[in-house]
Amino acid sequence: MDIATIRPSRRAFLAGTGLVIGVTLLAPNARAALIQGAKEGAEGQQADLNAFVRVAPDNTVTVLSKHIEFGQGPYTGLTTLVAEELDADWSQMRVAAAPANQELYKNLAFGLQGTGGSTSIANSYGQMRKAGATAKAMLVAAAAKDWNVSADEITVVKGRIRHEKSGKESGFGAFADKAAKTEPPKDVALKDPKNFTLIGQDRHKLDTDDKTDGKAVFTLDVLADDMLIAMVAHADHFGATVKAVDDSAARAIKGVVDVKPIPQGVAVFAEDTFTALKARAALKIDWDLSKAETRSSQQIVDDYRAEMKGKGLKAANKGDVDGALASEGITSLDTEIVFPFLAHAPMEPLDAVLIRAADGSIDCYNGSQFPGQDQKAIADICGVDPSKVRINMQLAGGSFGRRAQFGSPYMREAAAAFKASGMTRPVKHMWTREDDIRGGFYRPIYVHSIKGAVDKTGAIVGWDQKIAGQSIMGKDELDETTVEGASDMPYAIDNLRVVAYQTKLGVPVLWWRSVGHTHTAFAVETFLDRLLERAGKDPVEGRLALLKDSPRHLGVLKKVAEMADWGHAALPDGHQRGVAVHKSFNTYVAEIVEASLDDTGLPKVQKVWCAVDCGVAVNPNIIKAQMEGGIGYGLGAILFDAIDLTDGGAVVQSNFNDYRSLRITEMPHVEVAIIPSSEAPTGVGEPGVPPIGPAVANAWRRLTGRPVQRLPLSRDLVA
Amino acid sequence: MITFTLNGQKATFDGDPDTPLLWVIRDTAKLTGTKYGCGIAQCGACTVHVDGTTRRSCITPISTLDGSSVTTIEGVDGPEAQAVQTAWRAIDVPQCGYCQSGQIMSAISLLQYTPKPSDDDIDGAMAGNICRCATYQRIRQAIHDAAKTLEG
Amino acid sequence: MLHLHRPSKALVIALGVALSLAATAVAQNRAPEAPAPSRPAVAPKKASEDIKLKSASDFDNIKDEKERSIAIFEETGKVLLNPRCVNCHPAGDRPLQGLDMHPHQPPVERGQANFGVPGMMCNTCHGPNNVKVIAQSDDIKSIPGNPNWHLAPIEMAWQGRTLGEICRQIKDKDRNGGKTLADLVDHMAHDDLVGWAWHPGAGRKPVPGTQKQFGELYKAWAATGAHCPDS
Repeated sequence: MDIATIRPSRRAFLAGTGLVIGVTLLAPNARAALIQGAKEGAEGQQADLNAFVRVAPDNTVTVLSKHIEFGQGPYTGLTTLVAEELDADWSQMRVAAAPANQELYKNLAFGLQGTGGSTSIANSYGQMRKAGATAKAMLVAAAAKDWNVSADEITVVKGRIRHEKSGKESGFGAFADKAAKTEPPKDVALKDPKNFTLIGQDRHKLDTDDKTDGKAVFTLDVLADDMLIAMVAHADHFGATVKAVDDSAARAIKGVVDVKPIPQGVAVFAEDTFTALKARAALKIDWDLSKAETRSSQQIVDDYRAEMKGKGLKAANKGDVDGALASEGITSLDTEIVFPFLAHAPMEPLDAVLIRAADGSIDCYNGSQFPGQDQKAIADICGVDPSKVRINMQLAGGSFGRRAQFGSPYMREAAAAFKASGMTRPVKHMWTREDDIRGGFYRPIYVHSIKGAVDKTGAIVGWDQKIAGQSIMGKDELDETTVEGASDMPYAIDNLRVVAYQTKLGVPVLWWRSVGHTHTAFAVETFLDRLLERAGKDPVEGRLALLKDSPRHLGVLKKVAEMADWGHAALPDGHQRGVAVHKSFNTYVAEIVEASLDDTGLPKVQKVWCAVDCGVAVNPNIIKAQMEGGIGYGLGAILFDAIDLTDGGAVVQSNFNDYRSLRITEMPHVEVAIIPSSEAPTGVGEPGVPPIGPAVANAWRRLTGRPVQRLPLSRDLVA
Repeated sequence: MITFTLNGQKATFDGDPDTPLLWVIRDTAKLTGTKYGCGIAQCGACTVHVDGTTRRSCITPISTLDGSSVTTIEGVDGPEAQAVQTAWRAIDVPQCGYCQSGQIMSAISLLQYTPKPSDDDIDGAMAGNICRCATYQRIRQAIHDAAKTLEG
Repeated sequence: MLHLHRPSKALVIALGVALSLAATAVAQNRAPEAPAPSRPAVAPKKASEDIKLKSASDFDNIKDEKERSIAIFEETGKVLLNPRCVNCHPAGDRPLQGLDMHPHQPPVERGQANFGVPGMMCNTCHGPNNVKVIAQSDDIKSIPGNPNWHLAPIEMAWQGRTLGEICRQIKDKDRNGGKTLADLVDHMAHDDLVGWAWHPGAGRKPVPGTQKQFGELYKAWAATGAHCPDS
């Protein structure tokens, strides 16, 4: 162990709570200094070849990632794209987080700096390759000039610049400074994909090693000298405000520095985390509930049902649905499906470290999907110009959508706490798991009501679907996230109507891994399965027939059926299978599950086959990992998870004891196949999630004869 | 005053005896590889070894550790630790990585007691470690791989 | 995660008179209602059925010795059948938790020594004492602990058994760890892990009475012939 890492902070010693490990104390350092944490940009001496590529004298190349890394793989993916066109050797590649800069580092898919919508590779594919190709051209130009040869005669292979005729050879580092002063070429040619040497192959992830020995630094691990820990006591009702607070017991705890009300609750400031926890627990707060949401989850669902009797917003209206569903000789089917609030529950709860420098500028260390929004939030709250706020992006311990918030409400709380502290000492603001589970910004409650019918030939003659739920985008008019995946379903159904009801509720909501597809894929794929059953059709064959004009849906569905030996494999007694196929974020995924029933009656998913078509597979290993993970994440949610509001509006669940995560004992074996493709790459972070729920529900229906009408499945079971 | 061994070095702590080991490790010793995930022993992100077996540091008051030997991810060593970490890297187990210190500490302990674990042994040892990214399939594979390298 | 703004397509296709025909649809098939939330909206009333444990002397009025013995044993059932005790005398390989006796989370296993399995032994979480959980979940106020914390061996399983069955079981040396009646009385009266049930830590309701009282009931039961109820 490195002695330097066990240096206790000065304050901790002054407070008499130090850990003494047989080393001499360092002299107290009054200046706030960062002890541990990743600073924005690349470390050490670097030549900037462009906004994304830095070359150091030791030949290492650092790619500045405009996308945050929380396990979905952009650090490795973006670096691969640059290295491919740069003709670098993989061993010389490094990665660091780009600073907040809305212009330089905007996501080309939505025009502001941000990570989300499974766009990291999709929007960077051309841009990062061009950044690599441009950097290479500049290095070559610098070498040509220095060696006094024609640039055309220079080759670059695995990080070595060579001039065959003269025998001259060099690494990148020697020409980095000169290359940086070279005028970048206006246009550079990109490689023909058939010449790729890095793209398309499994590549060890750049962030793996530090995540196996405890070295990886997340925001919670950022350390600064003299740092305070801040926690905020929140109301257990959405919309409640502080009426009165008695902080005398909290202040009496040794190590508590201050207690301050802020708009989000009551902030406590302490010398260490445990003291902050104790202090927050010792607060006595009288909450004003007059403006709080007080409806229970059940009341909300009932209210939605009433609202769905009225006129909604039409998202799809094809053919004559009413006529079709009223025609003679048809077999009708209808269902309601109720989806609960879901929390994202990333392993690392939300947190941020804020430090004010001597010149009044502020450094923020955090992991969020919209760094520009955070920068603005901190500037607004702390009263400084946004240019004086530096966002130092750290690795984030998961997100699943939780760290992507317009207006940065989380960062506004952290900044408000920082401001209330007086900003004289660094502040680490952290949420506990309870803050996370009860903190809102849930996947909304949705109620689906679907009617459909098949005729005597087994054709689906009509589909009439109503969807009620809050608009994630906060819209009054139609929010596509309410209906995506349903209104644009790929099936050839002549008479289709999808109507949305954008309900209002005092509970903050947010996109949850795969956004609208979390519920629309479930509703469409389970109801379609039931209609096909009524029509006497095989779930795979029936789908294939309805997807004739969707070649990429067909591709993944045929592939997954082949992998699972669908229709031929002999199933053990008590096993059944279910299938689902769904496109989200322009990636096509089909999944087949084989499940039995466990001793509580829940499905025990034995095996999952998954076929994915995401265009060019930049790193097959990461794509497979995202499918495996998406399946596990989605499975845990549909089996176990709901956030419930009681009568009065308080959140029931609080931690992993009652907001269950999938555990290793419940993880099926997952086999993934990637469809070979030369289409432009699309995302993989989210698209693995939507099909797993309906595939499991379809298998469960065959096991039990019961369709799933209320999630989670454990809830449906006891109802 | 509590005296214990932390990663092989003598350590003393004279703060609140109720302080969970997790916060002594993270806040006072500034070893941040051990993570906070739930605070109620549900997720396993805070797993360390105490006197040779796994321990959830978030619910372990420092007062109970007088004379104990504590090993964190930063200090863990030996053939099982090396085999596990090597296997983890070889198949890129981590996604976000936040839970992985705890996963690895549990896996090492499993192999120290059960050099050739079955899938059931692995499930038994690892069932207390939540991974929200659901890297479980690779965790299972990596433990089998590590066991194979230990066989020699 | 982030969702892209897409220009919303104008999907304005006139419905016309077709709307009036929609009424022919069959009745809505509603989703089953949700069960009661696990945390009641209003705190449950202070257990009105707060059970008191009678003392051995309370049974002096029963003249018949066998009857008295059985009555005393039945009195101890208020403790034996309490979830605080049964939770660690499960019929399966997984302990239970809480007064509703749900399967233990995280899912731990009995293991060969009734002490968990490698990687997750009982003492991975359970220390020598109950530990207060500070400023975390409302539902979990402490983690129970005892220096000897472990699961009762499977032959001592009580879950799902009647009091009579348990009575015969605990007298059976093959199923009670080889204890004589005197050993058993001593165990009930003095064993520290048994005693945990009266001091289960914050957030947990203790079993009725005191261990001393419980031990005296056993002593009286043994002295009256250690008779068992039929069922």
